[in-house]
Amino acid sequence: MVASAVFYIFACVLIFGALLVITARNPVHSVLFLILCFFNAAGLFVLLGAEFVGMILAIVYVGAVAVLFLFVVMMLDVDFVGLRKGAMQYVPVGLLVGTVLLIQMGMVYFSWSTSEGAPMMLSAPVTGEEKSNTHALGEILYTDYILPFQVSGLILLVAMIGAITLTLRHRPNVRKQNISKQIATSPDDAVELVKVKSGAGV
Amino acid sequence: MDFWAEYGWPLLLVFLQALALLIPILISVAYLIYAERKVMGLMQLRQGPQTVGIFGLLQPIADAVKLFSKEIIIPSQAHAPVFIFAPMLTLFLSLVAWSVVPVNEGWAIADINVGILFLFAVSAMGVYGVLMAGWASNSKYAFLGGMRSAAQMVSYEVSMGLVIVCVLLCVGTLNLTEIVMAERTWWMNVLLFPMFIVFLVSILAETNRAPFDLPEGESELSGGFMVEYSAMAFALFFLGEYANMILMSAMAVILFMGGWLPPFGIEAGIIPGVVWFGLKTAMILFFFIWVRASLPRYRYDQLMRLGWKIFLPFTLIWVVVISGTLLYLDAFPK
Repeated sequence: MVASAVFYIFACVLIFGALLVITARNPVHSVLFLILCFFNAAGLFVLLGAEFVGMILAIVYVGAVAVLFLFVVMMLDVDFVGLRKGAMQYVPVGLLVGTVLLIQMGMVYFSWSTSEGAPMMLSAPVTGEEKSNTHALGEILYTDYILPFQVSGLILLVAMIGAITLTLRHRPNVRKQNISKQIATSPDDAVELVKVKSGAGV
Repeated sequence: MDFWAEYGWPLLLVFLQALALLIPILISVAYLIYAERKVMGLMQLRQGPQTVGIFGLLQPIADAVKLFSKEIIIPSQAHAPVFIFAPMLTLFLSLVAWSVVPVNEGWAIADINVGILFLFAVSAMGVYGVLMAGWASNSKYAFLGGMRSAAQMVSYEVSMGLVIVCVLLCVGTLNLTEIVMAERTWWMNVLLFPMFIVFLVSILAETNRAPFDLPEGESELSGGFMVEYSAMAFALFFLGEYANMILMSAMAVILFMGGWLPPFGIEAGIIPGVVWFGLKTAMILFFFIWVRASLPRYRYDQLMRLGWKIFLPFTLIWVVVISGTLLYLDAFPK
């Protein structure tokens, strides 16, 4: 009973937060509500007994992705009132896309079929023996599906290299600090003692 | 009646446990501030606080009373709800993480399976307090401080995560109690020592402490993200920062220094584990203060260089080194 009460609290806050993400006037508030959503989703995972996934969600999305999100949105100086002015002329296109999506989702929903034994499998444990979350996930990712896992890692690496290549530009005349060179400098390289005769100059 | 037995008593028990943990922590926070002023004073040939009480021991209480009785000023252009929420969040996060920290064998309020991930997640969330304060103040200095803090904490979390991976490879569990109790061979300790150094530097950056206190940067940002805060709101930030320092020190103690166990495997029967835990934490806290009194502030590009170009490759290579050694010696924890 308490578990379901907690579930409803998390779920309600999640949905309410998600609504506020798209209705908030200030984009920073939107991102803050998005973080609230992530947090509640992590709570739901923990409630399901998937504590590893919940914590990873909190670390990756709340701790890293949303920080960068907030970072960028805070620095934007966009005139949102001005942007909204012309928004009405796109309503027909939006409605069209929305209707198509809705019909497609309806088609998927109504043609969805579940196998006979599905209700039985819902509550069945993944493995016979008692295993912690982390252990089970690790076994699946690193033993059973090692190749797809590594391939997806490689795809992400390619995406990362692509992003860096696209944004990398070499600017001339930028002064950079070379720390090892600085440390290796000795007084002999930098300072020269000169005996100056009076009236002669250097 | 069943309801009471099933949920009421456990809830009351957890509440009392939390109280028994939080009160010592808040007292430690107050006296950490005192210790910092005193130790830094001695390092700089000054007296430190000495007027209120014997040796100035009542100074933290006097400070608290002062901050309580002042007026909270909310700037007219600030986003009031976010502005008020930010310091509350900072203190809340620095205290909530203690729920999984075992200060002695079995002395954790929640001894969960993924304790280290919980700690890491909560410490990663600490950046929001700073970021929200910086933005909601609607002030240039505060905003710059918030931005600096966000970039800095995200950068150093990466290497911190990899350091934690190194430790986890050696102990083979995510449970904090089991991390402490796991047997470590001497070569494991040797291999983990460089990671301990990286971790110590990273927690300095993670808690926005000198020499990485650029988000506050008194010399150029005049107080950074908390420049608009006064009275209790400021006090919450202050408490949060110091509670975070203690938390990070406790994390270092658990990961690298054997938690509540006596050092070097000596037999110390009558001394309870929590004393050792406190002493070890105090050692790391002394390191925090020592560094603050000795080192000048980093420049921002140097900070980023250290995080991304030195720590990240180094920890990444070290993960490979440690897992390679474990594989070669067939010493993976089962």
